[in-house]
Parts: sequence; structure tokens; C-alpha cells
Amino acid sequence: MHVVVLRFPGTNCEFDTKYAFERLGATVSIIWHEETTLPNDTTLVVLPGGFSYGDYLRSGALAKHAPIMTAVKEYASKGGFVLGICNGFQILTETGLLPGALKRNDNLHFISKHHHIKVVSNNNPFLQNTTIGEALNIPVAHHDGNFYANDELLQELIANDQVLLQYCDKDGNNQILNGSVDQIAGICNKEKNIFGLMPHPERAMEALLGSVDGVKMLEGFLK
Amino acid sequence: MKAIVNIGLKTGVLDSQGKATHHTLDTLGFKDVVADVRIGKQIILQLNTSDENEAREQVAKMCEDLLANTVIEDYEITLEA
Repeated sequence: MHVVVLRFPGTNCEFDTKYAFERLGATVSIIWHEETTLPNDTTLVVLPGGFSYGDYLRSGALAKHAPIMTAVKEYASKGGFVLGICNGFQILTETGLLPGALKRNDNLHFISKHHHIKVVSNNNPFLQNTTIGEALNIPVAHHDGNFYANDELLQELIANDQVLLQYCDKDGNNQILNGSVDQIAGICNKEKNIFGLMPHPERAMEALLGSVDGVKMLEGFLK
Repeated sequence: MKAIVNIGLKTGVLDSQGKATHHTLDTLGFKDVVADVRIGKQIILQLNTSDENEAREQVAKMCEDLLANTVIEDYEITLEA
């Protein structure tokens, strides 16, 4: 298992992500955005959280044209696994690897706290170790996490089992956090090899830090 | 030639900043004056070309590729000599 974590100028979650996957037994490399190829034995590419290019223009907009992204698109088109967390999710929607867009939170606040998310679909490699309806305690930290999809796209996402996670309370009842349509916190592509979510599972790996629910999520990629 | 690009959220996409600003204008006494507030951004490009068609074509391409997110935003290009 070789996890490749991308690093853009302004990325700040690459070491947390590295720690998380190493704790699960994977080999992890951090790759600079100016690289043009991925290692041959890459089994998962992670676009971690942070503020790539200072969120200039729009969150994730400038990173989508970084040199490494051509290799990521090629890797994904061949069925390779790609995971975008927070800013990484924003980059994936900007790139078009995932549908929809992430807007400014409805309340205009940067929201940073532990929040529960409910598993909507586990019929995919990422969430295969979780149970449908299960409420996971995972930190969120974002300003632009308000997932937007028009009605047509939303129906398509639901029909294709692409809605992975929704914001909820500790009992699993849907809860509005940032204005996302249908309280969506994470989605995947139709082929179920590209995943994106706003919450940070890599920050929920140690009981001492408040939650270990990130373990069973990220572990899905190691099975 | 100068290109002025105005980018804003599409009609139907909730503009939270516009809404919050509208609310504050209401409290400032403009309630009867202001019907709606939309907030966008303006990007001004100084172009090397003086060919209007070429400029419009190139700037539209920039908008589609980078300047606007056409999933949620519309753009409008104005050219000045």
C-alpha cells in the first residue's frame, strides 16, 4: 500500500494525513505539485486539506491547473483511487473529477469543530468498514464547504448511490451545518474510485484527540 | 485593449453574502430602497491584442478554464479600447 499525498503551496494537512495512513500500516510519500508523474506503485492519491494558493480566486481553483494534476486525472481515469479531504474536495470539484461545487458556508462563518456525519452509502471501497446510518464523530474546519448541486445533479447522485455522507447529530438525524444541499458532506464519482468530503477523518485517529472514527473510514482503502 | 470580467453567482444559487449585506442595508434605513443585493467579483485584464473578436474569444476561454466556476457562476465580458 503506497499512499501518495499531494502538496500544493498552502497545503497544511499533509503531515496529519501521512501520520494517519502510516498508523494504518501504509507507506506514505508527500509529492510536490510541480511533479508531473506519480510513483508507479501508487495505490491511493490523497489531496489533503489546507489553503492551496491561499484560496485565491476560489478555493481549489488555482490548484486544478498544477502540473501534478494531469497525472492525477490520468491515474483516476484508469480507475486509480483518489481521495480529496476539505481543500482536496474543493480541488476535485474544480477539476471536474467530482460533480457539483463548494460554496461559501451559508452563515458566512469559518466552521471549525467536531461534528457528526452519517454514512449514507457503504457500497464503495472508502466506507466499506462502516454501517449505513452510523453517525461518525469527525472534525470539520472550512469556510467554503457548502455543497451545491442543482436538482438534476442531486437526483443523479442519489440514484447512483454517490452520496456518501451527510451532516447529522450524534443520533444520526440530519442536521444543517453549512447550507449544503441535502446536508451532503461527502460524495464519490459514478465509478466509485474518486471520493471527496469536507470533514477531516485524518484528524480523528487518536482517542486522546477526541475521536477514532477516522480509522474505520481510512482503513477502507487498505482492504 | 482592456477586458473587464464580471463574475457572479447564477440566478437561483443562493448568494449568502448578498443576503447578509441586504439585511444590514435594511437596518441602515434602506429597507424601502433596496429590492435585492448580489455580490460578485470583477477581474480586469490588460490585453496585448487590439482585435476585439480575438480578445472576446480568448477571455471567454479563460473564464471557462479558470476565472469562473460555471457550475455556480455566470460571467460577463466587457471590452474597452
